[in-house]
Amino acid sequence: MSGLSIQNLSMRFDLPGGGHVQALQDVSLDLKAGELLSVLGPSGCGKTTLLNIVAGFLAPTDGKMILNGHEINGPDAERGMVFQQGALFEWMSVRENVGFGPSMKGMPKTNKAEIVDHLLDVVGLQDFKEKAVYELSGGMQQRVALARCLANDPDVILMDEPLGALDALTREKMQSLVLKLWKETGKTIILITHSVEEALLLGERLLVMAPRPGRIHKEYRLPFAEMGVGQDLREVKKHPEFGERREEILGMIWDMEEEIMGRSEASA
Amino acid sequence: MIPFLIYVAIFVVAFFVVTKIAQRSAISDYGSLKTVTFGDESAVTPNRAASVISILTIFLLWGMFTGSSLLPRFLHAPGPFEGTGTFEYTAQAGNEIDTATVTVVVHPIDTPTDAPDVAEGDGWAKDDSVAIGMWRSGLLRVDRNDELGRGDGAEIIEINGQKVQPGDTVDVDFGTVTISDKGTPNIQPAKGWQMEPIWLPSPEAVVQRIGEIASEGFRGSTLWEHLGYSLFRVVVGFFFGALVGIPLGYAMGLSNWFRGWFDPIVEFMRPVPPLALIPLVIIWAGIGETGKIILLFLAALWIMAIAARSGVSGVKISKVHAAYSLGASKAQIMRHVIVPNSLPEIFTGARVAMGVCWGTVVAAELVAAEQGAGMMIMVASKFQNTDIVIMGIILIGIIGFGIDMLMRWAERILVPWKGKG
Repeated sequence: MSGLSIQNLSMRFDLPGGGHVQALQDVSLDLKAGELLSVLGPSGCGKTTLLNIVAGFLAPTDGKMILNGHEINGPDAERGMVFQQGALFEWMSVRENVGFGPSMKGMPKTNKAEIVDHLLDVVGLQDFKEKAVYELSGGMQQRVALARCLANDPDVILMDEPLGALDALTREKMQSLVLKLWKETGKTIILITHSVEEALLLGERLLVMAPRPGRIHKEYRLPFAEMGVGQDLREVKKHPEFGERREEILGMIWDMEEEIMGRSEASA
Repeated sequence: MIPFLIYVAIFVVAFFVVTKIAQRSAISDYGSLKTVTFGDESAVTPNRAASVISILTIFLLWGMFTGSSLLPRFLHAPGPFEGTGTFEYTAQAGNEIDTATVTVVVHPIDTPTDAPDVAEGDGWAKDDSVAIGMWRSGLLRVDRNDELGRGDGAEIIEINGQKVQPGDTVDVDFGTVTISDKGTPNIQPAKGWQMEPIWLPSPEAVVQRIGEIASEGFRGSTLWEHLGYSLFRVVVGFFFGALVGIPLGYAMGLSNWFRGWFDPIVEFMRPVPPLALIPLVIIWAGIGETGKIILLFLAALWIMAIAARSGVSGVKISKVHAAYSLGASKAQIMRHVIVPNSLPEIFTGARVAMGVCWGTVVAAELVAAEQGAGMMIMVASKFQNTDIVIMGIILIGIIGFGIDMLMRWAERILVPWKGKG
């Protein structure tokens, strides 16, 4: 029973001025332990809502989620989350941020220090251990966020556009890091992104979602994540299938955006 | 008007002089290399030379117009006449005309002087003498010692040979002489441009008074007791205000029920100036310490509650979410996320509250108090002890400034992450 099972998830909320929004409709998904799933879609397709529901910050109006045999209701340390930006605790040092989860569990200091040291080595921030997080660059801050999440040893890691605010170069380095961490830790990861390339690179499975109502449009199984583990990501991008898939998905999303625009123009 | 013109002149001249010197020794840091400075607020930094000159100018003007001994004499504004002057009056009674001399001694107010003895002189109009304090004027019945007085139809027709009628003013070498409606000369020695000490004492008089009051005390309490009482009230009132206000603000930021319950009260009480509560507090609690502390408690309470509330609402939801998904309990989120995240807001609130409390305590002491900085200047003003009033204002200003500096320093030390989220 290991893995995450999302069953017929629907999310519908009422607007203050009357009417309602169908953010998600009948989304079902099964994720085996250790799978890397990327979720892509135009804005308004409900991908962040989906992630928030899995994290337990929102309760769905319908459907349920089973993780390792028990139902999810509410946030828990078994599902770690990495946010786009600004979720680090700026009143704590890098070390304290990474050690936050273990501290909350009341882990003994020596164990905690060991974990923190190991993870800071992994993300390459050993030298910045005692720095305040606001002294770090954006890329470093996201590495702290990754380490903080891993320190808690969650079963599932949820990433909400974790690299969205980074510049292109830093982003590429971070993509390699995410792949490396995935392979080394064997965590189940759900990653939400706006970037088609990132979704292709960081997804064993790739989910394209469509908006209004938010639903799964198409699912792919991709070889690129596996390829990218030991390889330069630029090489992976040169793969002929990579270009094909990218064009295909870009076209798909483009069509969706067109449709939204058309619809809103018609209603206007 | 003249002090103001001097002030403007120093402002303009200093500006040109300082900019000339600054140009010569120009440093080329990043800011000074900016070509667009007008409209770029970040390129505007206080000119420290201007600050220093500004303060010196205030003391310079103060010294100039009070005849301060700290300034060289040539810088003093013309002072009031001091010394002895004379003028002659010519009186006429019927056909008889005679002239007599009036000797005027102008003396400092705090050294009383008697009118000098003068010889009567010849003729029926006798010579007179009078002592007048600086900045004062005096009516002199010159005919009182004359052989022919007002009753005999004598009246003054000339001052220093100048024809006069009642209501006329004549310039004499030490001031002016005005003939009153009834024909009495009103002697007005020149006042000069300096301020009389009862209106504005000189800087050194104020400093001296600080020393005096610091060693002798004022109204049964030493200076430090007066200031200490004021500070004590502020600290205690603020402490209780924060003690109640911060948890109240947290509760309002965390619970619908608390927010709903206290919102109307807080939003109503916030715009009520604490000074408006003084009469009610005096009615209920009297003019003692309890009343003062209740007043300051009320002044600090709403500010602290609102600061804590906005501190909680300023917590980014992603931080709270992150903490929950790292396994933190509600109590841990409170302790490790909400409290540290709201501390910068609370410090800002505390700074405002301390400022308001300091202003309120002085005002409350002005109304009624046994001790305190406000009481000191209020009582002094009733006796026209302007030096004590000015001393009090300066000390109140220094303490208020000191409180603010202290709070800023504490903020820098205790919440270095302010504005870094």
